[in-house]
Amino acid sequence: MEAVKQGSASVGLRSKTHVVILGLKRSPGELASYQKKLMRIDDHMGIAIAGLMSDARVLSTYMRSEAMKSKLMFDRPLPIYRIVAAIGDKAQVNTQRYGRRPYGVGLLVAGYDDAGPHLFECAPSGNFFDYYAVAIGARSQSAKTYLEKHFESFADASVEELITHGLRALRDTLQQDKELDINNCSIGIVGKGVKYHTIDGEGIQKYLDLLGDGNAAPAAATTATAGAEDTGAVPMDTD
Amino acid sequence: MTSIGTGYDLSASTYSPDGRIFQVEYASKAVENSGTCLGFRCKDGVVLAVEKLVQSKLLVPGSNKRIATADRHIGIATAGLLADTRHLVNRAREEAQSYRDLYRAPIPAKMIADRLGQYVQAYTLYSSVRPFGVSTILATVDKTGPQMYMIEPSGIYYGFYGCAIGKGRQVAKTEIEKLKLAEMTCREVVKDAARIIHLVHDDVKDKDFELEMSWILDSTMTHEFVPKDVADEAEQLAKASLNDDMDED
Amino acid sequence: MEPATRTQNPVVTGTSVLGIKYKDGIMLAADTLASYGSLARFRDVERLIKVGNTTIIGASGDISDFQYITHLLEKILIKESNTEDGHQLYARHIHEYLGRLMYGRRSKHNPLWNSMVVGGIRDGEGGTFLGFVDLQGTTYEAPTIATGYGAYIAQPILRKAVEGREDTLTEEEAEKVLEDCMRVLFYRDARSINKIQIAKVNASGISISDPRFLDTEWAFAEGIRGYGATD
Repeated sequence: MEAVKQGSASVGLRSKTHVVILGLKRSPGELASYQKKLMRIDDHMGIAIAGLMSDARVLSTYMRSEAMKSKLMFDRPLPIYRIVAAIGDKAQVNTQRYGRRPYGVGLLVAGYDDAGPHLFECAPSGNFFDYYAVAIGARSQSAKTYLEKHFESFADASVEELITHGLRALRDTLQQDKELDINNCSIGIVGKGVKYHTIDGEGIQKYLDLLGDGNAAPAAATTATAGAEDTGAVPMDTD
Repeated sequence: MTSIGTGYDLSASTYSPDGRIFQVEYASKAVENSGTCLGFRCKDGVVLAVEKLVQSKLLVPGSNKRIATADRHIGIATAGLLADTRHLVNRAREEAQSYRDLYRAPIPAKMIADRLGQYVQAYTLYSSVRPFGVSTILATVDKTGPQMYMIEPSGIYYGFYGCAIGKGRQVAKTEIEKLKLAEMTCREVVKDAARIIHLVHDDVKDKDFELEMSWILDSTMTHEFVPKDVADEAEQLAKASLNDDMDED
Repeated sequence: MEPATRTQNPVVTGTSVLGIKYKDGIMLAADTLASYGSLARFRDVERLIKVGNTTIIGASGDISDFQYITHLLEKILIKESNTEDGHQLYARHIHEYLGRLMYGRRSKHNPLWNSMVVGGIRDGEGGTFLGFVDLQGTTYEAPTIATGYGAYIAQPILRKAVEGREDTLTEEEAEKVLEDCMRVLFYRDARSINKIQIAKVNASGISISDPRFLDTEWAFAEGIRGYGATD
């Protein structure tokens, strides 16, 4: 569980038609690139992670293969609830048997299927939760506080509004001297008639501009080393 | 509990000097602290009701159900760790399916209860695993009519007419004992189920909860959630009767 | 040493299944005979089944293989209904699954010896579906489908009656054309019987009729040598 809290935050929120997930990226140093936080599973599903990247890769590989199986066997996109439940079941086994360690990663699963938009959190305990809006990872409580204050307006929000709310929630997880910029966050979107896709880099600027109040900082912001400090005593790299 | 620090509580494969297995008792603790869960075996079927505590308002209503379907004719309601519940439900589904594969027929109540009981018990035998942190109420209908069993973390199971597990079990049991279940229909019992859940719910300690109710009727032999209109009516009546009680005080 | 062999031929078999689209949905027809070679062994075997609440399937070919397939479908349906997440398998999904199943088995050189017609509600968005699957995993969709001997005898009649008229053909007309085809098949197909069932999927759900007898006309037989005429 602690490994999830060590990882930088991820935020997710949904309206009646769309789901948006956002990740705060860290970079180990100026010379290194940022570690990615979002992964595509299928056209109708993407995930955001907090915790051990290597565990997340194992799970995402599993999710992708299950998504392919569903297409092959029934010609239908994998129902979101089922893959989330399957991951929960995998994680539960690790908590009950000796000699295994629980997964060190929390997932936000964003997807759109016949039953509508879905946003799930998968915890290492094997529990999973169906949310209107949620945040996981370092200082995610601040983001949750923001989301709890505003979530009632999300149902009818446009994608753009969802993104701005998401960015604001994500911003609340930052340390005092840090700001969001086009390098340290990424956005994933999926919804009715919209395949899962991400917005990165320059594409994010226009949403950052919408935030106003001090976040209009240009691309060359000074946060290249964001997060390098607070990863200090972590036994494994977390992202 | 006096077990703490004695070292006898570290493994499910260690007995204490007075012959107890503390890991199993700890597992029961997990159950005792969970939302109340009721089962009623009545004239024409079995009714299950669960007080599902809701941790956050960001959660989608109706998610993380505590009542599951293991086969068309098997309903499972649990108190305890939700992730363990899912493990047990999956096992129940496998058992029910393997019986169908072999005999091309739905598994009888006694058999599914026994097989699940054995499975749960196996997790109390080894140091490499921990026992299940769930008590399970099994609601089924077979050729002999409606049946209900309750399985504890120790693997022990009994058939019941009425049972209650979780936080509010003591009060709930007293209430259930007042009912003449053998003469009542599911339709009638649903109202009492809703009433008792509302009665035992602790407004002070736990803020929010959802009432989950399902039944399996003799006539359909299918486990399903109680239709929304019936459930809503029962919940309305439950709230009204609680308010009456308050007025009398 | 003999080489390993798998199913090389069917044993107890059912003959043709017919399926058409009509104004309100899908209609399937089959007779109730299960033959043992040329022997009319079992005369009341139902070959039209309901799969969930939106799909019907009709099968020709090996009856025991079909019973096994029925069991597999029951299995995935239970799995599906256990998960109460608002999803269900519609005709299109069942058809895809059967296609994969049959192709998988034929690739193991151990086919399930059937040709099947799958009809029902297409998917969550509605619409109708009529598809075909055979023992090699061949799949296709069409507004009229006939398996077995019916592919030769009934298919042309069905095409003429149905194609281009899927949206206007009434239930009565649809039932009549299927009954007419089943009658012709009974006259011509030596593995058929005059006891049939008709299954429908439409807005009001699924209905499979009880087995019923076809009206047949044998007066002409008087004039045929070997039947009535002596030379």
